Amino acid sequence: MIGCLETELDARKEYLENELVETIYFGGGTPSLLSIEQITGLLDRIYKLHEVADSPEITLEANPDDLSQDKLNDLFAAGINRLSIGIQTFDPELLSFLNRAHNRDQALACVPGAREAGFENISVDLIYAIPDEPAARLTSDLELISALDIRHVSTYCLTIEPGTAFGNWEKKGKINPVDEEKAASDYISIMNHLRDRGFDHYEISNFARSGWQSRHNTSYWQGKKYLGIGPGAHSYDQVNRHFNIRNNAVYMKQMESGDFSPETDLLTETDHINEFILTGLRTRQGIDMARLMDLYGIDLHERYGDYLENLRINGLVRINDGLLQLTDRGKLLADQIAEDLFQLPAD
Amino acid sequence: MKNIRNFCIIAHIDHGKSTLADRLLQATNTVTEREMQEQLLDDMDLERERGITIKSHAIQMDFNFHGEDYTLNLIDTPGHVDFSYEVSRSIAACEGALLIVDAAQGIEAQTISNLYLALEHDLEIIPVLNKIDLPSAMPEEVTDEIVNLIGCDPGDVIHASAKEGIGIDNILSAIINRIPAPGGDPEEPLQAMIFDSVFNPYRGIEVYFRVFNGTIRKGDEVKFVNTGKFYEADEIGVLKLKQQPRDKISAGNVGYLISGIKVAKEVKVGDTITHVDRPCKAVKGFENVKPMVFAGIYPVDTSEFEELRASMEKLQLNDASLVWEPETSAALGFGFRCGFLGMLHMEIVQERLEREFDMTVITTVPSVQFHAVQTDGSVRHINAPSEMPEPNTISHIEEPFIRAQIITKAEYIGNIMNLCIDKRGIIKNQIYLTADRVELTFELPLSEIVFDFFDKLKTLSRGYASLDYQPIGYRQSNMVKLDILLNGDKVDALSAIVHRDKAYEWGKRLCEKLKDLIPRQMFEIAVQASIGTKVIARETVRAMRKNVLAKCYGGDITRKRKLLEKQKKGKKRMRQVGNVEVPQEAFMAVLKLD
Repeated sequence: MIGCLETELDARKEYLENELVETIYFGGGTPSLLSIEQITGLLDRIYKLHEVADSPEITLEANPDDLSQDKLNDLFAAGINRLSIGIQTFDPELLSFLNRAHNRDQALACVPGAREAGFENISVDLIYAIPDEPAARLTSDLELISALDIRHVSTYCLTIEPGTAFGNWEKKGKINPVDEEKAASDYISIMNHLRDRGFDHYEISNFARSGWQSRHNTSYWQGKKYLGIGPGAHSYDQVNRHFNIRNNAVYMKQMESGDFSPETDLLTETDHINEFILTGLRTRQGIDMARLMDLYGIDLHERYGDYLENLRINGLVRINDGLLQLTDRGKLLADQIAEDLFQLPAD
Repeated sequence: MKNIRNFCIIAHIDHGKSTLADRLLQATNTVTEREMQEQLLDDMDLERERGITIKSHAIQMDFNFHGEDYTLNLIDTPGHVDFSYEVSRSIAACEGALLIVDAAQGIEAQTISNLYLALEHDLEIIPVLNKIDLPSAMPEEVTDEIVNLIGCDPGDVIHASAKEGIGIDNILSAIINRIPAPGGDPEEPLQAMIFDSVFNPYRGIEVYFRVFNGTIRKGDEVKFVNTGKFYEADEIGVLKLKQQPRDKISAGNVGYLISGIKVAKEVKVGDTITHVDRPCKAVKGFENVKPMVFAGIYPVDTSEFEELRASMEKLQLNDASLVWEPETSAALGFGFRCGFLGMLHMEIVQERLEREFDMTVITTVPSVQFHAVQTDGSVRHINAPSEMPEPNTISHIEEPFIRAQIITKAEYIGNIMNLCIDKRGIIKNQIYLTADRVELTFELPLSEIVFDFFDKLKTLSRGYASLDYQPIGYRQSNMVKLDILLNGDKVDALSAIVHRDKAYEWGKRLCEKLKDLIPRQMFEIAVQASIGTKVIARETVRAMRKNVLAKCYGGDITRKRKLLEKQKKGKKRMRQVGNVEVPQEAFMAVLKLD
């Protein structure tokens, strides 16, 4: 597999058109399972093929159970400088309910361990909207996050999809469906707690202390160009999106035979406009309406004046200097508002 | 002329009219096996599916009986109360009628009223007990019913099974022996009655007529007496399986006329055809068809208004009883106020628009025509809730009443009485047709049977009830206009005119229904019912609390965009009332109150 990733890196060198690489991200699946040699090999390849910025952000997604002190030391030495740790919760019962491989001790140990290895830039995932859980769980997780001096938190709302174990449990009545009211109040608790402690709520589900925002994810929301390598990876050249095949075996076969072409998702102008609205609305900065006008000739005020005014009166949005921003209550309804502001694609 | 027999078939739905007609066509070799299609006469898809004849048709059969050639004209009749005027004209074109009764079911209300029409026109009635082969057949009881009704000899009742081909010969010989030959004089001035018309996209309207006196020839200058319009008889002929042109059609016979008429409205069922230079008197019994039920029809997609207009115009070409005028609704945009003969007619129009013209439409609350009697005694016709005047500007409101005959089994009398009383009905009569079957007569407001009356009747009687009705004029009623408000904005398309005693219940149920149908939105929605400014019912649609997915990185962006675009497209069909989005089903909710 690593060989195939290297093959793909070589083959798609031109995709980034010699742009300076600002961030590198090992994510999706469990890249913390990679050996140090494999990680080093891939990074070397990237450095060889592309010009990388002086102080790049190089993130690795990791599970606490993979992060022994040795591993942490090696990762830092290999050049990884940011960790995104899938802690989800410190609660032992919830961890087993979620079927996670790590335990509370591992979750508690990995953050100081990472810091000892040299990592300052540490993000953790936090899950919420768990049906029937004790009310104190979320508060206690949030307090631990503060106590551990974690600088970045990505929140995840539990979603129960049909066909998954949770989906089946829900169908059989073993667990209750996620309650909208509970999801909303959990989210509000998270916002209040983290903001009280100085976090910047810089995107719908991301919180960071000043200066510790994820540069990599921010570039997605800013519509920057990126190249994704590996099965199921996606890339964006600011015109279209490209998707690699998901299936590992097929992907490897494609790489080995050289018969490789990612699927292209052609983005129309309407698609670009809608993605601009969708991602803009989710960020603290909001939708830059002047830029939307400049880029696509779309005047939100003209098209949705009454609608926006109604949202504003009801405390869901505010307009600051040409930026359309969501209030806290608006953030709870971000998808609905984005949908309402979308342009309808032609058939 | 002495060898012509003109007859129609009177039967209840499902009693086997169409199958019997097919057998007659086969027995007289009018159609070959190859041409045979099930229920040949019902040639609209919709008719075949619903198993009923919507529009009447006619067909001519040649039959050799004991060495003599006879011409048999079968004039088909529609089998639903909405079309009773057309039935009366078809009956007027005949000298005899086959009364088909299902041997397992007995006579139904609709059959009786059509039978009375036939007796009024002095038609010779040939009773036929159909489905005699069924194990559940009750030939003695049903024969008793028939004998009681028409006073015939039990021996006159022909036993048949159209499905099995039993009794067909007996029916044919009865048609020839018992039905009188038509009268009339071929030398008199032309007097022919229109009993039907069909739209042909290439040739214009085909007019079906029965000649009572005189002779019509190809090329004649003719006049339609009631419309006063003149035409040239481009083509005349008789109706076999296909049209067969003839040079002339004389008194006693049935035929078709093509003269390039483009608009169905010019051809009125019951009108008289005569010669321009030698006119006759009009045939008695002509009426302008009056719509009984009114409703708005709107395109689901507001941009399809012109398309809907074109479709309605085409529909009207072969459905002269459909009337409409443009109407505007704040909630639904541009549409049409339509008048229908009844609820079935309304459903048919809606279905034809959808099937034949690929239109998706919203139909608003059906209403009857109310009369607003002004203080000076003059009358204003109210066909829509929006036309309802302020109560203080008028003397009173009158609503149309009907006399309904319901035939059912004795055990269901209680249920049906309760239903009719609940529908503001008054019982007028109760007659036992046999020990077990009863005919109940009620007077009811038409508006009460416009809704789910027939369905309820069927449910309460486990299917053992049939209904027929006739209008009996207008009566004063305490009607009010009930409005529905969403966050204080009136939804004109949901307004209805209801009796004051029922307004509270109506408003409450409608609010409850709407609460379920309107999806939660970003703001709380107040659903209110009001009479004038007085709110009589209220429900609340709670505000949507949270609608945001956590994750949105890289490829998620496209996935999420597509999902939201799809949802937005789905909502395109919703209507905006103030700041509330209302799904289409909500506008139909009124039809499904129970």
